[in-house]
Amino acid sequence: MVAAAQVPVYHGPFGRKEAERLLWRAGFGPKPGEAKEVARKGLKRAVDDLLHPPSARLVGRTPTADGGEPLSPRDAWGHDHLWWLDRMVRSNQPLVERMTLIWHDWFATSNAGVGSQKWMLTQNSLFRKHALGNFESLLIAVTHDPAMLIWLNGRDNTKWSPNENYARELMEIFTLGAGGGYTEDDVREQARALTGWRNDWKDGVGDVNFRYDATRHDNGVKVVFGKSGNFGWKDACRLSVQHPPHLTYFVRRLWSYFVPTPPPTATESALKALYKRSGHEIAPVVGAILRHPRFYTGPAMLKPPVVQVAGMLRARGRPVDTGAWAWISEIDGQRLFYPPNVAGWSEDRWLDTSTFRGRWIAANYAARKYALDPGASSGKLPLDAQELLSRALDFWGNPGLKRDTRTALLGFATSALADADQAWKKDQYPVLVLNALRMLVAVSPDYQTC
Amino acid sequence: MSCSCNEFSRAAVLRRSVAEAGRGLPVIEAGMPLPAGSGLSRRTFLTRTAGLALSVYGASKLPLGLFEEGIARAAAPTDPVLVSIFLDGGADSLSMLYPAGDAQYAGLRPHLALAPEAGEPFAEDASLHWHPSLAPLAELHGEGKVSVLPAVGYTNADQSHFTSRHYWEVGATDAHLRTGWLGRYLDLAGTSDNPLQGLALSDSLHPALASASVPIAAVSRVDDYAFWAQGVWGEPETRMLDAIGSFAPSSDPGRAQVAEVAAQVASLRGQLLPFDDGNWGSPVTYPTSSDPFPSRLAGLAAMIAAGLPLRCVTVSAPGMYDTHADQATDLGNALALTAGSLSAFQRDLEARGLSDRVIVHVWSEFGRRGEENGSLGTDHGAAGMGFLIGSQVKGQMLGEFPGLASGLDDEGNLKATFDFRSLYCSLLEQWFNADAAAIIPNAASFDRPSLLK
Repeated sequence: MVAAAQVPVYHGPFGRKEAERLLWRAGFGPKPGEAKEVARKGLKRAVDDLLHPPSARLVGRTPTADGGEPLSPRDAWGHDHLWWLDRMVRSNQPLVERMTLIWHDWFATSNAGVGSQKWMLTQNSLFRKHALGNFESLLIAVTHDPAMLIWLNGRDNTKWSPNENYARELMEIFTLGAGGGYTEDDVREQARALTGWRNDWKDGVGDVNFRYDATRHDNGVKVVFGKSGNFGWKDACRLSVQHPPHLTYFVRRLWSYFVPTPPPTATESALKALYKRSGHEIAPVVGAILRHPRFYTGPAMLKPPVVQVAGMLRARGRPVDTGAWAWISEIDGQRLFYPPNVAGWSEDRWLDTSTFRGRWIAANYAARKYALDPGASSGKLPLDAQELLSRALDFWGNPGLKRDTRTALLGFATSALADADQAWKKDQYPVLVLNALRMLVAVSPDYQTC
Repeated sequence: MSCSCNEFSRAAVLRRSVAEAGRGLPVIEAGMPLPAGSGLSRRTFLTRTAGLALSVYGASKLPLGLFEEGIARAAAPTDPVLVSIFLDGGADSLSMLYPAGDAQYAGLRPHLALAPEAGEPFAEDASLHWHPSLAPLAELHGEGKVSVLPAVGYTNADQSHFTSRHYWEVGATDAHLRTGWLGRYLDLAGTSDNPLQGLALSDSLHPALASASVPIAAVSRVDDYAFWAQGVWGEPETRMLDAIGSFAPSSDPGRAQVAEVAAQVASLRGQLLPFDDGNWGSPVTYPTSSDPFPSRLAGLAAMIAAGLPLRCVTVSAPGMYDTHADQATDLGNALALTAGSLSAFQRDLEARGLSDRVIVHVWSEFGRRGEENGSLGTDHGAAGMGFLIGSQVKGQMLGEFPGLASGLDDEGNLKATFDFRSLYCSLLEQWFNADAAAIIPNAASFDRPSLLK
């Protein structure tokens, strides 16, 4: 047997810059001092620690909405988003939490179609449980998850009247990709195999009692990908995962969450082989991607809107303490539990003149609590652009800044300070400028990407 | 067929195209009159439109400031306009014009079949009745202003939303084509400095407009476009807002994209006038809705009236048309708002004397299955329905309704009697006087029926 080609591993410098990228792409950004700490570990141990975190804890102050009331994620509007944002801010298992977000995008289910925060939270736990586990197990669990059964009509699919919605998306979006080696006949046959799941409706409560009912199941022989058998719902999943095009789809799609350019051919082959021989385990593939040279040497990626917000809170050591994050998430383009459609969020929607404004608003809400009052701080800050920029960077935990960006921000600060042609302005402008610099750093290309 | 790694994310084709923004654009001076509804002059409206979060796309490297000039200079306000209305999800054509007189209809749709008396008969084919929600279109059809395509599509229709929609957007059954059919038309007939020639009335670029070289744009809904920061005001605030546009382009494409968008934002914000009354000076009443569709059409009529150099405009219709379950109510409501708004738009154009210049094309990525499913809905089909609406359209059916007896294929889907590419070629040639062969692949293989009066 020919030895499988290894996935290339990065051997370059692993300093602050590389650690920051790892923490932003495989988690939700560094807490103060964390990037330095991770850099000291070196690449191998840093990735291992992400893949094998300590037992799950949420570290820090518990979340509240405005006015200090505790969250009601099952009932109150927006509290579902706040509840999960809080986990992103406080979890001691950042990669697990980031994979949970990825699976939410991969198996994109919207509460707009489900109509139940409770079932969406149940689905969320499923993603967390299987985050770094086995993909086939994850798929099987998702297939009979109540929110998914509602969203893609699995619970409406019966032997008397098959509903193809889930069968189609199972292959097109979850496992094989459009044109990934399946036909319309396969869609129909998979739909038959998936029949049997059902639930009840209870007035005043909603969808309840999800269960498998054999009397609804189409018990005949089905032909899927050319194979015959009396396939059931688990077979539908298994067949899809075992179908060869799945390897390509899985690897390319998972890679794309971490690296913005497609994988080189040899890497793609090696990742597919790795995934296959592991028995469709997620963790080995994620680990290989997080150690790949392209991860560290390739171009920057835009931080997803909710990652940006969680990261700003982590940088400030600030808990979720306002309901504003829920409505802000609708402007910046990523309202958790409401992906735009079954294909998930689309990156091109995350950076246009509308969503940029959402990111600005998010930065303002992250920073405004700490904004200095020019009256109270009058005369206390130096008329020194470099010093003010240094303090603004410090505010966000000293993220790396390219020289061009430094120059632009110093240009702003210098000009703004030069406007101070009267005594009161000399006292107050440095304060206004510092507040402004904190915002400009937050929306700079450097801080919006990783 | 190979699986392009971007099949699952529609991002790639659109990510590249962000225009660079200019600096030093004129700021609205204090005392400049606020434009009133229909009295909007083109320059003032321009500035306002540019301030309305105009997202400009395209490989053009021209600074945004020159776009203002380009818009001002662009061809006289007599050019034809095509408005493309997309019904997202695969609209059920067999409900929109339902075969009330067809014996099989009730059998295929025991729950969803509409009663013969529910809707008006369709004048050109007695076996079809209009869905009651489409009564406004029936009225326009009676005036000879609607050409119906009762079974439009293509052979071997793909039933994936994303694939079929892609084919319609690029004007070919080619998964790898990266430009839209309207984008390619604009590349030939447009100019390098008029981003309004291809306009998506939405928050983001429409793929049908994706061009290779000319700039195109997207206008989001009228919103408060303020950029306020706690603890910053006065002179430092003005400088801060300008500084958003000062991040230098980077050699890193990820960072470069952020810098470009930031620069657009800064330029546009600087020109924004506090227009939020949404007063378009419409001579007709549009349906009220929390959905932006009616007000987008009302704004579009006003923009055309103000002489803006629009050529191809795209809008998404309200509602969810992928009706796998509980179809009757969802579809009825969606069609009612869509038809009501389109009818108001046509009347608006007529009142403003513009109706000879505009054709509206209504489309969906496929129709739905003949037989209903067990969830009071329908699954994906093949051929669907299309409309051309306008004073200049011929008002005659394009392709016949094939009937249910012999018109359903082996999978129970409606067979197409008209190819969408024929429609595109005819529109390009007859409405835009363009060379279809240079825009639609294999143009020669498609018929060119006459579309206009």
